[in-house]
Amino acid sequence: MSFGQLPYDVAHLLGGGVLLFSFVLLYQRRIGAVINAFATQGTLLAIAAAWQGYVQGAPGLYVTAVLALAAKGVLIPLALHAIVRRLDLHRTVETALGIGPSLVAGVGLVGLAILVVLPATEGARALAREDLALALSVVLLGMLMMITRRNAISQVIGLLSLENGLILAAIGVAGMPLVVELSTAALVLMVAVVAGVFAFQIRERFDTLDTGSLEEHRGERR
Amino acid sequence: MLTALALLVATLAALGFAGLALARRPAGARLLHGACAVAGFALVAGGVAGLLGGPQTIDLPFGPPWGPARLALDPLSSWFLLPLGIAVACASLFALGGIHGTVPARELVPWPLFIAGMALTVLSADGFTLLLGFEAMSLASWALVAHDHAQAENRRAARIYLGFAGFGGLTLILAIGLLAGGAGDVAFAVLREAPPEGLRAIGVLLLVLAGTGSKAGLAPLHVWLPLAHPAAPSHVSAVMSGAMTKVALYILARFAFDLMGPAQPFWMGAPLIALGAASAVIGALRANLEDDTKTLLACSTIENVGLIAMGLGLALAFRGSDLTAMAALAAGAALLHALNHAVFKTLLFLAAGEVLHGALSRRLDRLGGLIHRMPWTAWAALVGTAAAASLPPLSGFASEWLLLQALLAGWRVGDLAFQMGVAAATALAALAAALAASAMVRFWGLAFLGRPRTPRAAGAEETGGAARIALLLPAGLTVLLGLAPGLMLDLAEPALRLMAGAAAPRAGSLAIGAAEGGARYWPLFVAALLAGAIGLAVWLVRRRAPAGVARGPAWDCGFIAAPPHLPFGDPATQPSAAGFGQPLRRMLGESLLAARESVTMPPPGDTRPALLRASHHDPVLAALEGPLPRWREAIATQAEKLRDLSIRQCLGLTFGAVVLMLALLAWLEAR
Repeated sequence: MSFGQLPYDVAHLLGGGVLLFSFVLLYQRRIGAVINAFATQGTLLAIAAAWQGYVQGAPGLYVTAVLALAAKGVLIPLALHAIVRRLDLHRTVETALGIGPSLVAGVGLVGLAILVVLPATEGARALAREDLALALSVVLLGMLMMITRRNAISQVIGLLSLENGLILAAIGVAGMPLVVELSTAALVLMVAVVAGVFAFQIRERFDTLDTGSLEEHRGERR
Repeated sequence: MLTALALLVATLAALGFAGLALARRPAGARLLHGACAVAGFALVAGGVAGLLGGPQTIDLPFGPPWGPARLALDPLSSWFLLPLGIAVACASLFALGGIHGTVPARELVPWPLFIAGMALTVLSADGFTLLLGFEAMSLASWALVAHDHAQAENRRAARIYLGFAGFGGLTLILAIGLLAGGAGDVAFAVLREAPPEGLRAIGVLLLVLAGTGSKAGLAPLHVWLPLAHPAAPSHVSAVMSGAMTKVALYILARFAFDLMGPAQPFWMGAPLIALGAASAVIGALRANLEDDTKTLLACSTIENVGLIAMGLGLALAFRGSDLTAMAALAAGAALLHALNHAVFKTLLFLAAGEVLHGALSRRLDRLGGLIHRMPWTAWAALVGTAAAASLPPLSGFASEWLLLQALLAGWRVGDLAFQMGVAAATALAALAAALAASAMVRFWGLAFLGRPRTPRAAGAEETGGAARIALLLPAGLTVLLGLAPGLMLDLAEPALRLMAGAAAPRAGSLAIGAAEGGARYWPLFVAALLAGAIGLAVWLVRRRAPAGVARGPAWDCGFIAAPPHLPFGDPATQPSAAGFGQPLRRMLGESLLAARESVTMPPPGDTRPALLRASHHDPVLAALEGPLPRWREAIATQAEKLRDLSIRQCLGLTFGAVVLMLALLAWLEAR
């Protein structure tokens, strides 16, 4: 399976789509749009998982696809929208690093991921190599999002998109046991729950979702 | 034999844990120390057998995850089992004789572990086992140094000692890692096949020098010795000084002569010679200024370790210049002095322990006149001090004479700078020997001669029993080793072949010689000559003395008669420890040890006494306790700032680290 064959091209296209939406996440200025972009990324991930399940002939991956679609594509975005509505948040994203520099850094990170993964996986299947490079890029972009956004909701979405990258890596490898995926999905749900509770707590205590306000209440300061 | 020694190490380790139970009753403590004494003799037997038989290796059925733990008994390790065994046997006998009542477990448990650690270090044949033994030795001896932790100075000594031990272990880990390179196998047999070259060899040598130097007491890493030895129990000080420093020197010799291969340039020996000369002079000078017996002996250990390091350095230099016979001479001097020093320093520390036990003080200013109350200790200590002062025909003279012969042959290395350096080192070695002699005169004279300075010294009592044997055994060995250095050199020949590639120049079993047709030393002849001269003098004095001996009062240097409550005279009219050291303190101490004197003279009419304050301190210790903690504080203050970072900045740090690692990986892959 290599470049020019349908299974490879579609998998590549879907992986690339997931990565593309990581970039979309990076340049959105409105929180609603960020959540929508995340939902789209989750959906793309679900399609990629389903395609991998078809190509590899692994029915377990269909379960992964359904889980991803339900959790990442529907439930978590709905929950986040609900949080935003209930908290009556500012609908703008406050950035620590400007949009332009974030995108430049993102492109640099993708380049780095390719430079690392491609030479390290020589001998593996072409698809697995591309897939790993894409997945590592998504993970790095998720981390980048976590540190360049001030808003707690955006940071949670950064963490969730980082998880998307991990799932993308997991489905690209043939023979990945289902147990791991189930636990990963459960972990993501837990993370969402914890993050939701966390956001409510912040809101109740400090009337803002800016994590910077936490620092004034840290102990042991001199 | 090696299997038996490995079982011995395991038994000692088990004995250490059994010490917890044995500590409940005195008989248990006696059993433990008795077993350790037997283990000491077994180590000596193993060493002799290893020197006479061929090298042996075994792979233990367990070990680190990547391979078996390897043990080996080759001539070099066999030779170093001798000082280890003798010191351990004597010290354990001494401890056995000193048991009255139960001994606390914290003193009992680490002792066999300490011995096992030293033996394991000497027997190891891969880097992991070596480090395991080294660290066991360090930690167990630390526990023994810290046994009397109620006193603040002992806690400080233990803390500084632990710092040095940790530093030594760390540098040895780095040295083994650098020596192994990327191969990852740390077995000695593998390391030998890929000797380091160029910068890597220099790096390994410097790391090993730092690691073993901090354990052996090479300047400038010697400051823990004068602190730790007084804090430890006497038998532990004896083994730390007599055997542990030798184990560190063994590691140095193992790396420099064996693992780094024979094809090293001659200047690899230069740092050893320089540091050795510095240690010898600093140690001998400090021994003249300290007024605590055990501190004084610890400083003398620094001097002797310096002399041995000079011998090893010279051997490296000669071997690098293809002068194998001279290299064997220098290595022989180092090995012989390592053994001799182990024996006489064990003796001296045990004598100091006996004095501490009998007269309840380590301070020279509280002793005096002990030869009347403790004759066995006094005469045994005299043998040790005479050997430490390198007087013929005792053991110290033979090995220091060999070392000086090797130093005097330093001109054969055809490099002008090296020749000049060796000439300077020769002068320093001679200076150190003279200073050591003066320190030993001061030690023995102030402690055992004159009149008691305190009532407790006047009522001192000897222990007798096993403790007396523990003093007489090394004293006898010191005489024997002094009379038969040729035999010992013959015994060391396999080790010398391993180190230098040749045997030392032979001059018959009864003599030692520098080279074919060079200078010779016949110890038996010298001993007979000295005995004859002393006998003649005694005979003449007896003959010319009037019949009947009348004891009169000792002349009190013109002081007025002592008041009646001081039946032994006024102690203040005798020379004090500080007064005895004053000339040397003024001559050399001001520049080397920052010695200061100040006179406070009250104005006329004031009834206060005039005060003379004299002090000295080791500049290295001052640096260690001055700038070093300040730098640590500064770094810690900077590191504290990390705690004030926001969540985003903390995540950013993690992210930055990940990106940096990935970039490093990409760069490594691109190469």
